[in-house]
Formats: sequence, C-alpha cells, structure tokens
Amino acid sequence: MSTTTFDDTPRIEPTARPSYLTEENTVASWLFTRDHKRIALLFFASITFFFFVGGGAAALIRMNLATPEGLLQPSLYNRMFTMHGIIMVWFFLIPSIPTTFGNFFVPLMIGARDLAFPRVNLLSWYVFNLSGLVVLYALIMGAADTGWTFYTPLSTVYANGYVFAAAMAVFINGFSSIMTALNFIVTIHRLRAPGMTWMRLPLFVWAIYAVSVVMLTATPVLAMDTFLLAVERFIGIGLFDPRHGGDPLLWQHMFWFYSHPAVYIMILPAMGVVSEIIPCYARRPIFGYAGMTIALMAIAILSFFVWAHHMFVAGISIYAGVAFSLLTFFVAVPSAIKVFNWTVSLHKGRITFDAPMLYALGFVLLFTLGGVTGLMLATLAVDVSVHGTYFVIAHFHYIMVGATVSAFFGALHYWWPKMTGRLYPEMWARFAAILTYVGFNLTFFPQFVLGYLGMPRRSYTYPAEWQIWNVLSSAGASILAVAYLLPLLYLGWSIFRERKADANPWAATGLEWTTPSPPPTHNFERTPRVSRGPYNYDPENDRFITQEGTPHAR
Amino acid sequence: MYHWIPFWPDTAAVNAVVVNNLYIAELGLSGLIMVTVVAMMLTFCIRYRKAASNSRADLETKTWRFEILWTVATLGAFLILFVWGAQVYIWLYKPPPADEEVYVVGKQWMWKVEHPGGQREIDALHVPVNKVVRLVMASEDVIHSFFVPAFRIKHDVVPGTLETLWFKATKTGIFRLECTQYCGLQHATMQGEIVVMEAPDYANWLDSQGVEESLAQQGAELFRAHGCSGCHGKNSTIIHAPSLTGLYGTVVHLQDGSIRVADEAYLRDCILNPRSFTVAGYPPVMPDFSGQLGEGDLLKLIAYIKSLGGKREAGR
Amino acid sequence: MPVDVRRVPEVQYATLEQQGDTAQLGIWAFLVNETIFFGALIFTYYLYRMTYPREFAAAAKDAVLWCGSLNFFILLTSSLTIVLAINAAAQDERPNRMVRWLLVTLILGVAFLGVKGYEYYLDFQDKVVPIVDFEVKPGEGSAGELFWIFYWVATGLHAIHLTVGIGLVLYMLLWPIRRGEIGPAYYAPLEVVGIYWSFVDTVWIFLFPAIYLVGRS
Repeated sequence: MSTTTFDDTPRIEPTARPSYLTEENTVASWLFTRDHKRIALLFFASITFFFFVGGGAAALIRMNLATPEGLLQPSLYNRMFTMHGIIMVWFFLIPSIPTTFGNFFVPLMIGARDLAFPRVNLLSWYVFNLSGLVVLYALIMGAADTGWTFYTPLSTVYANGYVFAAAMAVFINGFSSIMTALNFIVTIHRLRAPGMTWMRLPLFVWAIYAVSVVMLTATPVLAMDTFLLAVERFIGIGLFDPRHGGDPLLWQHMFWFYSHPAVYIMILPAMGVVSEIIPCYARRPIFGYAGMTIALMAIAILSFFVWAHHMFVAGISIYAGVAFSLLTFFVAVPSAIKVFNWTVSLHKGRITFDAPMLYALGFVLLFTLGGVTGLMLATLAVDVSVHGTYFVIAHFHYIMVGATVSAFFGALHYWWPKMTGRLYPEMWARFAAILTYVGFNLTFFPQFVLGYLGMPRRSYTYPAEWQIWNVLSSAGASILAVAYLLPLLYLGWSIFRERKADANPWAATGLEWTTPSPPPTHNFERTPRVSRGPYNYDPENDRFITQEGTPHAR
Repeated sequence: MYHWIPFWPDTAAVNAVVVNNLYIAELGLSGLIMVTVVAMMLTFCIRYRKAASNSRADLETKTWRFEILWTVATLGAFLILFVWGAQVYIWLYKPPPADEEVYVVGKQWMWKVEHPGGQREIDALHVPVNKVVRLVMASEDVIHSFFVPAFRIKHDVVPGTLETLWFKATKTGIFRLECTQYCGLQHATMQGEIVVMEAPDYANWLDSQGVEESLAQQGAELFRAHGCSGCHGKNSTIIHAPSLTGLYGTVVHLQDGSIRVADEAYLRDCILNPRSFTVAGYPPVMPDFSGQLGEGDLLKLIAYIKSLGGKREAGR
Repeated sequence: MPVDVRRVPEVQYATLEQQGDTAQLGIWAFLVNETIFFGALIFTYYLYRMTYPREFAAAAKDAVLWCGSLNFFILLTSSLTIVLAINAAAQDERPNRMVRWLLVTLILGVAFLGVKGYEYYLDFQDKVVPIVDFEVKPGEGSAGELFWIFYWVATGLHAIHLTVGIGLVLYMLLWPIRRGEIGPAYYAPLEVVGIYWSFVDTVWIFLFPAIYLVGRS
C-alpha cells in the first residue's frame, strides 16, 4: 500500500502561515476553493439549511397531530411528511457527518494535505446544491405526496404531486454522494502519512471508509431505480406498472437495496464520531479497537443482505422472509458488540462530562434503545403486527435522529475549536445536550406505545383515545426544537466573543490536534510520522503519549 | 374497550395471543439489555469520574475474550428470537382449512367486502366468533395493507395479484380495521370495523342483508356473458379446453414444464394472462381478458370456479 | 518541448507516480459504481425476461440485428485503438502516434452514435417507441412493451456514456496533449480515459445479447 512520503523539508515556509479561514477572503476564494476544510464549511452551510427546512416540516407534522382532527389539510399533511422524509434522509442525514466532519478531518487525521481529488470534492458540493434546488422547486411548486419511499404504482400513476421533480432531486443527489464516497475511499487508501497503517487509523476514519464503500456500491442502484421511476412517471408507462405486467414489488426490492444500506450510511459515521469522543473524555484507549474495526466492516457488508426485511408483509415468499430475518439478526450482532465496547471503554477511565461526552453517552443509550426495538422488528411475527405503524417510526427515529443527530452535535462541539479557533460556552452546551436527550425521548418513546396500539404511519388523523400519547410526543418535539436551535445561537455567538482555542484544548491524541486551531491551508508543514495507535491515553497517570513518543499531560 | 390511557391493544384472536406472547418476551429481553447497559454506564461513570480516586492501573488489554463472549451470547439470544419469530410467521401466513371465506377488495380509499353468499359491505367486515376466516384480497389501484390491530395480523394487498390472510377471532365485539400502507390523499380515513358476532347472530345478519344471488351465481353469469362457457362449459365440444370442474386446489402441469397449485392467484393469472399459463396438452388459444374485468368481477369468477368443486384446503 | 515544471504533482501528492496511482484507483472505484448502475438495469431485464420469455422473444425479433452487430464491431475496435494510443503515449516522446490513434478512436465513437441514430430512425418506422408510437405486434402481449422500455432506457444511457467518453477524448486532445503534458513520464490521465472507454465498450458487450440475440437461436 503506497503512502505519502513528502520531503522533510517543507515546501511552504513555516513562518506564521495564515489559517484556512483567513488566507483569502473574497467570495470567489470560497466558491472556487479546493481546500477540503472550506468545502466542509460550504457543505455545513447547505445541510444546516436543509436540516431546518426538514425540521420545519416535522414541526407542522407534530402540530397537526396534537389533536385528532388536525390543523392541516390532508393534502398538505401528506406533502409535509413526504418532504420531511426526502429532505431529512437525502439532504441532511446521509451527507451530514461525511461531507462536513469527514471532509474536514479525514485528511487531517491521516496526515494528508487534502483529499485525493479536490476538484471532485468541490463539484460534489455544487451537485448537492443543484439537487437541493430541484427539491426546493418540488417543495415550493406543491411537493410530492407519495411518502419518501415512492412506492409504485401510487407514485407513478395515482399521485398528484411533483413526483418527477422529487425523484430527479434524489437522482442528482446520488451523484454527490458517489463523488464524496469515491474521494474518501481513494484518499484513505493512498494518502495516509508514513506509519499510518490500517490498524493505526482512528475509528472515525474507519467509519468514513466503511460508509464510503456502502455509498459507492448502493447509491447506483437507487440512481437506476429513481431513473426508471422518473421515466415511468414522465411517459406514463414503465417497468413497475402492474397493468403491463410490471411488478410493483420490484421497485421496493431495488429501493430498499439502497435504502437499507442507507440507514447504515447514516449511522456508521456517527459510530465513528462517538468512538473518537469517548476515549478523549474517558482518558483511556477505546476498548477492543480491532473488534470495533471488524464490527464496522461487518455492518457495512451485512447491510447489503437485509433489505427485504422492509417487505415481510408485502407479499414476498415466506421463506424469503425467514432468510432475511436471520440475516437481520446477524447484522445486529456487530452493533451490539459496539455498544458493549463503548460502555466498557468507560471502565477505569478519568471521565469528565463535557458537552461532547454528554452527546456521546446519549448516543449510546438512544442507539441501544433503537437497536433493541430493531430486534423486535427483525422478529418476523412481531413485524407483522407493528409494520407500517408508529412503532417503526419511533424505532428508526431513535437510530437516525436520536443517535445520528446526537453524534452530529457531539462532533460539532468536539471539533468546534479546531474548525473555528474558538471555544464554545460549556454550560450552554451541556444544557443543550441534556435538553436534546429529554426532548427526544419525550417525542419518540410514546410512539412505541402508539405503534403497538395500531396507529398507522402517514395518517393525518387518529381516534380520540390516542390523543394523550400524541400530545406528549408533540410536547417533546417542541423541546427538541429548542434543543436543536440553541447550539445555532451560542455557537454563532462564540465565533465572535468566546476565548480563542489553542491547538489542542481537550488534550486529545489525534493528528488533527497537532495542527494550529484553525489549521492552515494544506494542513501540515511537515508530513507527520506515525509510530503508534490512535488512542494512547494513559488514565493511570492522566496523560497521553504523542506520536513522537513523549508524554503529554492534560 | 376504552381505557383512560390506552396502553395495550385488545387481544381478540388466536393469532393475537401467540404474537402477544412473543412481544412480551421481547419487551422483557429489551428491558434486560437496556438495564444492563445503563447500569454498567452509571457504575463506570460514578466510579471513574475524574474526581474519584479508584485505581486506574492494569487496564484490560486482552479484549478478545470479552469480544468473543459477547458475540456468542448475543448471537445465541438472537437465534432464539429468530426461530420463535419465524415459526409464528409461517403459522400466521399459512392459512388452515377455512370455515368461512371472504373476498376483500381495497381501493382508494375503502375496503369493499363480499361474502360468498353475495352479501356486500364497505369498510366493515362481519365474521363469526371462533371460526377460521380466510380472506382473499385484491387491490384495484395502489398497494394497500389490511391490518387488524386486535388480531395482530397484516398483509399488503398488491395490485396485479391476490393475497390471502386468515384469523380466528376469540372475542365478540367491534375492532378497528386499518390500511397501513400509505395509499394517497385519504389514506388516514381508509379504516373500518371488524364486527365479531356469535354464530347465530352472524347467520341472522347474513340473512337480513336481502341478497338474491350468491357470489358464485353472479360469477356464473359473468362466465356466460364473457363467453367462457363456450369452451370451458360442461357441454362444450367446440374447442378442446381444460375442464374447470374440480380444478380448484389441484396441481396443474403447464406447457413450459412448471407446476402450479390452482389457488385463487393462479386462477386470476390464467384469466388475465392465459398464454403464459397454457396447460400441458392444450392449444394456446384463449384470448386474454386483461382490461376487461375489474377485480370484483374476477373474484366472482373465481368464486364460481371454486363452486365447481376441488380441494378446499388449498391456499398458501 | 515541455518543461518539467508542468509535471509537478498537485499539492496533496508527494510524487507524480503517486498521483497517477491514485487516479487509477479512482477510476476503478468509479467503475465499480457504474457496473452496479448498469447491473441493476440488466438484472431487472433478466427478471422480466424470465417471467415473460415468449413475449420478450417476440418483441426482440423486431430489434435491428445488423445495426447492433455493426456497432459491436465498431466499439470493440475502438477499445483496441485507444489502448494503442496509450501504448504510444508510454513509448514515444513525440505525440504524433498517440494523436493518430486517438483520432481513430474518436471517429469510431462517432460512427457508433451514427449507426445508433439510424437504428433509432428504423425503430420509429417500425412503431416500437412506447407511448409515442407503439404497435403491439402479434405474440408480444402487453409485456412486450416492457422490453422496449428497457431497450430505450439501456441504449439511451449507453449512448450518453459514450458521448461523455468522446468528450473526454476530445478534451485530452485539446488540452493536456496539446500542452505537452502527456508523455512517457506521465500518462495517467490518458489511461483513466482509456479505462473508462473500455468500460463503456464492456457495457455494450452485455447489452448486445440481451437486446439482439433473444429469441433468435
């Protein structure tokens, strides 16, 4: 495996290099930048925008469901949950951690000056925004009304909304995913610093690698699927049309062949983030590093063989159902191992409860609850009962929102000093972390009860006796909204008012902390040399061992 | 049943009892896992917080033993759940011999029900208690999903094919019937009720519906009107066509060498797309009837063909 | 002659060799993705062909065999010529031989599109264009139309890919080669284009039997 070997003599003079933020400040220098750190911030702006657009739709949904009669017109409600799903899945969750923290920190963590293909990286952002414009066009013109899953023949023949535009937005969005994934795979293979062997990679980089493999191999199936859907919608006849002998279940097979791995696309980077944060604040090495890497890759590979567990009641052969149930239980094993490893990584640590750590611990708990309810859904007979109800909604929100968004905020706080050069207000951040946890559970735990009671998903109305649980859920959602808006305010404030951060404010081990905060363009003056694993914390003496082999006190 | 805070759905069928037991077992296991994780996390967070003076010496380095232990333990527990869930699933989706058969057609946004006696209902289904009821379901437009929470049964109804589902209610009363597959604008209101009655009440209800013709009789009329009887009729000698008497539930050998059981879905396929299901030894001359017959008419024809005899215990 | 300044690697690479290696890995990773993209379509096709063997065979008889076969030879030949161009780049300091082979490749690519266009014209005449002008031929049933949808989607996507390939070859001729950046010291970009071109060729190798040879045996 070839790795980077720069000359020891720096090509750029070491005298006080400006940071990537201040080097140039024209608009063009941002819009045409090839610096992975600037592109990360561009992505950050885009996905934050879509997070709040999708969140606005969620607010309308929960507002409507506070009363059985509802407030919205049925057609508006249907369009809101469809756009909430489409925007949150493809325009926030899937790109969220890879395009921002992945873009920013993968080169820094492996000791590279940039990603392998900086122009492709920038192009990915433009393509993402193009798809974003198309989805906004669909939203403003009147939105799609099919659910984010676009089930045929509803989506191709019967729906009235802007299905074609929404499908095209998803199609174009796939190119952005593919470009980003390809860049990470090649970068991690080819641009690691000398001594940075595979088993010395930080787990965040491993996670980004695993997720990139899944993205690169699953996204083209979705691309073909949505392309065929768009063709069918456009010309009125196609491969999924039962009136011409087409099979509507084929759409579901192809859709879930992508969209189940997509769930892991959303959760794997979050697992990587948490694996960085927990050792840093527990001041000890992660428990079972090798097991963690194997579990990551096992999840990535097994995720391709479980898609039909979304179709247990859809009319697939019952023996296919049995096979997919078994495979689904298999994919749960590495996830369970990761939970145990994170928990045991607290043993004999020197734990502080800073905001990133609170988010990470919240992640572990929410992920575990999402995981055990996932086991219930993997159990065939129980799935027959709760499929298509709020039980499923609650389950996947625990994983995709509870866990992933917690990790996203954890990463944002953990790396904020590196990205901006400023600290964040610790008390406010802890408050937001706890509020997130409380608000989230209040929003989604009642939905498990509603699900087993039989409340179908995607319904604008429900029987009056279920109102109590829906009111609790809507109340929780308003708390959650505050918890998600707060960081926007205090982090924004911190850019101008908070204390400046030094290079390594948390006394963390990663190579990213050996650069100044914020790092200069092209990151390293000299290519770092790596001589040991990523988490050399020594809790007994409360210090860590640097890559040069010298102890570094906290 | 109304509770002040509804917490648990009714359990009103044999299917529901079996699923319920599994669900309760899983809740217990889930609770156990959650409690274990939370207890470990809390213990470590307190014992090893920064200010605590407990020893941090001798970190565990041989992690493999733990990893293997966890893998084996979780895999074992998961396999038990898998086997249990799969057994019940197969039982849920393999109908036993039916006491009653009912035809259900889903369309935007209603459930249309036809009893073999010709009684029709919309968004309601009357059934007798303690009898195995088998549903044969079709969709006229998009995918719907037939769900009765109190029975814990559900199956999607996909256009272009027929699906079956069964239950055996154990309690009389009125239970919710839902569509759980998003099917368009008024999906939320595509709901109805299952009315479970004592056998005599059910018989009275059937009699009081004022129907003149059974479903099979209506099917027989269609059979003549569409010219089916010309070839498949009892006295037909014009064209050599397979006899339909006693066909239902038997094994059919097709021209291309494949073998099909003549269940409802097969009969439907044959009517709509006969060239793909030519029976071995017969010429492929039947015209296809796709586009000419609605799902309701198809079910009537199938009911008629079934009335000509066959093996009752057919079904998936 | 070009000076070596033009052959300095980009800032994230240590050497030109590493840069070339990385580009190769990049294109192969991209082709994994492309393979799955076309794979999904071809998989769909075979699924339906197994369900409706008679209808598909009947429909496929109307595909214009001589156009497909001619294109098969054109595209296979073009894969050879682009490899000869890469070979020339690796051996000759002067670009003449490389440019010549690239021009031949270009002409073959355009010829493929020309034949394809003529075939589309024949298809219109034959009324096998779903929605626009479609006539159900005897024996096809309604499933025959599924074959033609596949035909248009698959050949259309393939033609788009080939057009991109032609654009890439043109770009190579007009930019890096004209500026003297491609030579024995560094020809990774041309290799990348060649690998892509061969992939587009390979797709046709899979599409050809699926479209033209069904039901002709």
